[in-house]
Amino acid sequence: MKINNVILQFTAKFVFFIIFFFAVHIFFAGHYTPGGGFVGGLVTASAIVLLIIAFDLNTVQKLLPINYIYVVAVGLILALGTAAFSMFVGEPFFTHFFDYFYLPLFGKTSLHTAALFDLGVYLVVVGVTMTIIQTIGEDE
Amino acid sequence: MLQVLCLFVPLIAALFIPFFFKKIRNVHTGWFVLIVPLLLVIYYSTYIPSISKGGTVIEQLPWIPSLGISFVSYLDGLSLLFSLLITGIGSLVVLYSIFYLDRKKEQLHNFYIYLLIFMSAMLGVVQSDNMITLYLFWELTSISSFLLIGYWFNRDKSRFGALKSMMITVAGGMMMLGGFVLLSMMGGTFSIRDLIEQAPQLATNDTFVIALVLILLGAFTKSAQFPFYIWLPDAMEAPTPVSAYLHSATMVKAGIYLVARFTPIFALSEIWIWLVAGIGLLTLFWGSFFALKQTDLKGILAYSTVSQLGLIMSLLGVGAIAYHVDGAADTVFKYAAFAAIFHLINHATFKGSLFMIAGIVDHETGTRDIRKLGGLMSLMPVSFTVALIGSFSMAGLPPFNGFLSKEMFLTGMLSVSEFDLFNFATWGPLFPIIAWVASVFTFIYSFYFVFKTFTGKLNKEALPKKPHEAPIGMLISPVILASLVVAIFFIPNVITDLFVKPAVVAIQPFLYTSPNDVHIHVSAWHGPTPELFMTIGIIVLGLLLFFTLSKWQKVYNVLPERFTINRLYDYTMNELLGSWMTRVSGLYMTGSIRKYLVYMFTAIPVIVIGTLIFKNAFAFSFNGASPVNLYGVILVAVLVIGTITTVFAKSRITSIVALGAVGYTVSLFFVIFNAPDLALTQLVIETISVALFLMAFYHLPRFSKAEERTRFKLGRAFVSIAIGAMVTLVALSSHSQKFIASISEYYKETVYSEAGGGNIVNVILVDYRGFDTLFEIAVLAIAGISIYAMIKLRLSRKEKNYENK
Amino acid sequence: MEIVMAFACGFLFMSAVYLILSKSLLRIIIGTGLLSHGAHLLILTMGGFGGSNPPVLADGVTEYVDPLPQALILTAIVISFGVTAFFLVLAYRAYQELKTDDMTQMKGSENHE
Repeated sequence: MKINNVILQFTAKFVFFIIFFFAVHIFFAGHYTPGGGFVGGLVTASAIVLLIIAFDLNTVQKLLPINYIYVVAVGLILALGTAAFSMFVGEPFFTHFFDYFYLPLFGKTSLHTAALFDLGVYLVVVGVTMTIIQTIGEDE
Repeated sequence: MLQVLCLFVPLIAALFIPFFFKKIRNVHTGWFVLIVPLLLVIYYSTYIPSISKGGTVIEQLPWIPSLGISFVSYLDGLSLLFSLLITGIGSLVVLYSIFYLDRKKEQLHNFYIYLLIFMSAMLGVVQSDNMITLYLFWELTSISSFLLIGYWFNRDKSRFGALKSMMITVAGGMMMLGGFVLLSMMGGTFSIRDLIEQAPQLATNDTFVIALVLILLGAFTKSAQFPFYIWLPDAMEAPTPVSAYLHSATMVKAGIYLVARFTPIFALSEIWIWLVAGIGLLTLFWGSFFALKQTDLKGILAYSTVSQLGLIMSLLGVGAIAYHVDGAADTVFKYAAFAAIFHLINHATFKGSLFMIAGIVDHETGTRDIRKLGGLMSLMPVSFTVALIGSFSMAGLPPFNGFLSKEMFLTGMLSVSEFDLFNFATWGPLFPIIAWVASVFTFIYSFYFVFKTFTGKLNKEALPKKPHEAPIGMLISPVILASLVVAIFFIPNVITDLFVKPAVVAIQPFLYTSPNDVHIHVSAWHGPTPELFMTIGIIVLGLLLFFTLSKWQKVYNVLPERFTINRLYDYTMNELLGSWMTRVSGLYMTGSIRKYLVYMFTAIPVIVIGTLIFKNAFAFSFNGASPVNLYGVILVAVLVIGTITTVFAKSRITSIVALGAVGYTVSLFFVIFNAPDLALTQLVIETISVALFLMAFYHLPRFSKAEERTRFKLGRAFVSIAIGAMVTLVALSSHSQKFIASISEYYKETVYSEAGGGNIVNVILVDYRGFDTLFEIAVLAIAGISIYAMIKLRLSRKEKNYENK
Repeated sequence: MEIVMAFACGFLFMSAVYLILSKSLLRIIIGTGLLSHGAHLLILTMGGFGGSNPPVLADGVTEYVDPLPQALILTAIVISFGVTAFFLVLAYRAYQELKTDDMTQMKGSENHE
């Protein structure tokens, strides 16, 4: 039996981008309003899961040819690197730095090393979730 | 900064080794590795001019400043000497290993990564002024040694040797940590330099002696002193470059270093002198005596190393006597510590070359069994020459450097008989006698090593390979070391001025303030002194016994195997731990996981409820409770229904969906309890979890219909109710009494000013408690990779069986 | 409300342990899922529900809910997801290899190496 998934597939393409940008939004907003790396990462993963449900694993793999284990590694290195960075400038491990800048277009913006750490968290969460789902899905 | 970073250079270089190994297969990975110690040796050489004049350099990188723990690179005479040994011998060993280990057959990346880790660790040990980081690096040397000994991990003996060395050295390391902690409690600092300054006050503490003994245990296990030496012979299963490097030139000298470094603190203790000198002397004799029992070339060298380490150790012990003699800088007592350091350098040169020769013999003939070897002299002339130089130096013959330090060693031992404190008047004369006897045996085994291998009858049938001279590259390192052996004999005072005197100042700050104060001139000829007659006696008796060796070697079979220390180790590991303990734990470890769970779930409520009752901790009050809210009650009802469905569902799918429903309900709870972050996360996670369950659904078994026995069902229900009751009681009491204000107030006040954020929960995650999050994502990554591994890597049972190839 | 929640948490724990002690692998995994839900709610309950606003800085608001338990739970949620997934795969791989999901039959062999 073949199910006609046209409507699901069509909407999934749109919804994927909506969810993805929402994820990016909550990720960046996380320092001031609810959100952050964990939620952002999970929402991103769920967007990809939606694609997998609408199409199938192989198609999604072709669309997003990412090795998620590398994503995990990059995330961990980023998080550890951010934490260790402060040691090289003579501060204790895990000291964060932040300041406010006036950037064109954005106006007053705070740049924070914690965001880099959070980005590491984000990547690990996406990577691990997708690794798990992909490997289970591929298993016959 | 640079100086501290240099400690980590090998470690950082290790990160790149896999790439070199995988990508550049045509070039032996060793060539890339060689750059690291070469650069470091050049770097540390730039310090020689200033430090040989008595200068010191220190650089710190705070690590955990709140606890006073930092990475320190402290270079004085002692640590610079060791650093140069580590990097210098390291370079030669890496060069040698390039020809020793086959590029195509061996797992070179593993080998060089372990070796570089070791190099970093060892540099850290000798340069750390902070005891905690010293301990850290110390254990890292044990671990890298473990990995290197077990490098050929498919051999039973390698694994056995690796485990044995790890067990003994790590146990010693733990003792040492205890000693460090005690010292730091007495002195209020982790810095060794600061502790040295307050040495006399420290000695008045009750725990001073305990700290002393604990630290000595660490040093003795690492430096293979009696009775802990048993790991060293078994460590010879490592590839020969490793034996030459770790197990003769550097790692085993870490204990020597530790004793030397702590001498200024402990020298005033009688126990220190007796233990260090006594155990050292015993080890010296024991090792040299049993070296002759060995039939394996590396076995002989291992026992010889044990014995030589004992020699250096005993000299350090005697050197501490100088503390108790007024004006010792001008008396005979000044020689011991000097001789210790001098011999340490000499030992590194001759023993390093001998190990490399043993490796060459093994490599080119296929065996190290001295009973099969013989007559290689004409086939391997270069190796023979090097072996001859090394052995003669080890035996203490001129014109090699071993002669100089051996004479000085005898001087040091003779000086003991002139010391009249601490019962030395009675027992002191024993020192030179034992030293002399041990020297005779040293002489014999040196000859045994070189002449049984290279002279006599060549027995080609017994050798697995057709013997021939080693390739030129393999000979470079031993030849360099052998030239040093000769060179040091002719220019001893250059070496001692540059390296030995500054190191002696570090060991005996109570005698000297600068290397210029050390008035010792090394010369080969002192006139007819007692030392000279002792040496002549050693040569005469040694030759006599060497030529009659076959007649009296049977002596070694008299001592039954049953009473050796090795048997004690085996008994502890196999019988005591292996058999008895297994039997005891077998009583409750039945293999049934459900039983274990029942144990746990019974123990937890018993302990917790018990504590609540006996500590009178249970409390119940409605004060401060928030009002019951309608939505909350509805959600509780949904939660209960969902849970009941989950528990009693007959089909898998119902149960999974009901679990999802419970999860969504929980996220609604988070909404009404003002936790937006949690609500969001829980919502998404629940979605992904359900998706996960459904994906795995295909692979999962159906619920079995088989009924439980009623008795177990009742017990199960009882245990669950106990757990539920316990949780409720804990929740109620923790709500009803709050003794300590929550740290959250601090977070709320500083979240904007200090951390520059607005969402307190997120700021806690990434900033205040960033450590938690870091570890959490690490756990998450491990879980992900394990899942990947479980599914993708399916080793069949047959493939797993790679016992003893 | 805290009192009610205390009982709810107890109930969740009770059901979870009951499931974990069952013979079937899948039930055990579902049990751990319930257990983590219970633990999250328990942490939240112990922190108390006082304070009328979410712990996000806003103008003119001083009464925040305690943020610490929330931060702890947030990490716990993600970890428990990872652990549940791990269990799930462990369980079905064990099922595939051993052809049984009965815990009473899954015993460590007596004479392991």
